[in-house]
Amino acid sequence: MTDTLVAPSRSRFRKPKSTMSHEVHHQAFGKKSRRFQMALLVILVPVMMVPLYVMISAAFKTSANADVSTMWQLPNPISLDGITAAWKALSPNFVNSFEMVIPAVVLSCLIGSFNGYLLSKWRFRYDNVIFTLMLVGMFIPYQSVLIPVVKFLQLVGLYGTIPGLVFTHVVYGIPITTLIFRNYYTATIPTALVEAAAIDGAGVLRTFWSIILPLSAPGFVVAGIFQFTNIWNDFLFGIVVIPNPKMQPVTAALNNLSGTQTVDWNIVMAGALIAAVPTLVAYLTLGRYYVQGLTSGSVK
Amino acid sequence: MATPVSELDVGRTAAPARKRPKPRKHVPRGLLWLLPSFLIVCVFVYVFIGYTVAVSISSNWRAAKPDLTPTDPWYANYQTLANSGRFQADVRNNLVFAFFFLILAVLAGFLFAVLVHNALRARGFFRSVFMLPYALSFIVTGVVWRWLFNPEAGLNLILANSGLSAAYERVTGSPLQPDWTSSPAVVGDLSGMLNKVIPGGDFIQVQLGIPLALMAVVLAAAWQLMGFSMAMFLAGLSSVPNEILEAAQLDGATGLRYYRSIVIPLMKPFAVTVVVILTHVAFKMFDLIYAMSGSGIGFATDMPGIFVYETIYKALQPNIGAAAAIVMLFMVCVVVVPYLVRTGRRDAHD
Repeated sequence: MTDTLVAPSRSRFRKPKSTMSHEVHHQAFGKKSRRFQMALLVILVPVMMVPLYVMISAAFKTSANADVSTMWQLPNPISLDGITAAWKALSPNFVNSFEMVIPAVVLSCLIGSFNGYLLSKWRFRYDNVIFTLMLVGMFIPYQSVLIPVVKFLQLVGLYGTIPGLVFTHVVYGIPITTLIFRNYYTATIPTALVEAAAIDGAGVLRTFWSIILPLSAPGFVVAGIFQFTNIWNDFLFGIVVIPNPKMQPVTAALNNLSGTQTVDWNIVMAGALIAAVPTLVAYLTLGRYYVQGLTSGSVK
Repeated sequence: MATPVSELDVGRTAAPARKRPKPRKHVPRGLLWLLPSFLIVCVFVYVFIGYTVAVSISSNWRAAKPDLTPTDPWYANYQTLANSGRFQADVRNNLVFAFFFLILAVLAGFLFAVLVHNALRARGFFRSVFMLPYALSFIVTGVVWRWLFNPEAGLNLILANSGLSAAYERVTGSPLQPDWTSSPAVVGDLSGMLNKVIPGGDFIQVQLGIPLALMAVVLAAAWQLMGFSMAMFLAGLSSVPNEILEAAQLDGATGLRYYRSIVIPLMKPFAVTVVVILTHVAFKMFDLIYAMSGSGIGFATDMPGIFVYETIYKALQPNIGAAAAIVMLFMVCVVVVPYLVRTGRRDAHD
């Protein structure tokens, strides 16, 4: 009982439907108390949305209207001036971010799925030690490897380039994607399937290619959206691996825009909105999978 | 060697046959194929950390001329670091920040999880709304919070317009218009006391108290990361079997009593995970504060993460910056490594 509780992540993959829709209806509280709790929830929603309200409403204000003393008012008239100006400043970096995030997500998910398959379906000595040693990599503060990373990228000629940034994200994404896929395969693919393939003479690669990969689509969605958000939102590697502001990802450009005193407030907020839109869209469309990645990525 | 079904699998629904095929060849094939990834991680994590350690104990390493001759004594850079007022402030800030942030994020996360779990309807909607901040970049939210905590705008406007500030003025004589992140004030300074207790304690140059500016940062960080602890506790709450509730009700334990005596003890493993993850996030905190307030006045909101970045890339002192990075790594490892080893051991019986 307690043991199943200690590893909540694995069971998350098994029955996503039931945990998501909370089929289990607790009736620990009486009707009155539950109504009160519901009221509390309804009040908490606008409170939690305050920063988003400020960001979005300011993004659609005219520069003349964007005084901070009227910060809380709705935009009137609604104007796209802020968005246009912010887009002009951020669009090259926005494109850079996409050029970084797409290959990085695809590569790190492919590597993660292969590793996760090996660790969940093949037994070898010290597999847990090896896995734990790899996992440490997702917890370290990246500040502690910045100097050698830059040195290495200079050595191979990737310093200051988007491929260099992609490479960095792929390497440091190996632990988390391996973890997500390992948990996913442990929970969803019966080992008997792999054993049957082995009896039929399929090797490690053949089994992965013909049996595991075709069954991996949901795992790729979970790991993919999780890595997409992580890598899109990264700032530290972006500014360290690429010193040239024109080549940096959008988070770095937004920080520069925000630090420029002469830029109007509505433009900064519009910039924040632009930088947030891809992850917002991903979250709003695939949020269910994002939560799965989150809870399974944090525990073994 | 066949693996018996362990206790871990009791109660799980999927694949009953969990034994993995044993390797038929002498060199385990699984290991062979895992080796490339494992070696890459070893180099980019362990070897690179080793290199940073080497930089941190050398005096003249520069990007253009990587000279790794050690300093004499070898810990000279760490001594410089310990004597730096800014780094002292950073460690103080980091610990104070982690403390308040953890309390707020864990308690709020649990409360929100209970509310969402018990919601009469629209659970999915509430969960999505409360988790949304977590999907955003720290730079995006940092930029927005920076304006919300602007002393002339944001929250202070609400305090002024709602009459709260005026009411506060009638009681205390000054309006309630905090400086938020631009406050240099440190309350509850213990340094004077410490000097008396520890001889030579005067090497501490900063006030050992709670920088008020950090409270704004704590609020912003808890707002964003509360969704994570909520998601974990929601997973925990839905793992409590219905039979337990039924049994509790037979014994007359309902409502708060049921939560206090039964649910909260069952949440312990989830709480451990949340605390470990959030503590390590707090120790690594960088982008949010960098975008929101920077180092602050008198380094009131500075963090080791900001110190490392600025020392290596702005002040061009890679040796000192590397030493600070190793201190950061040490703080994170103290929290994370026991946790990983424990879960690794548990898995070994799997």
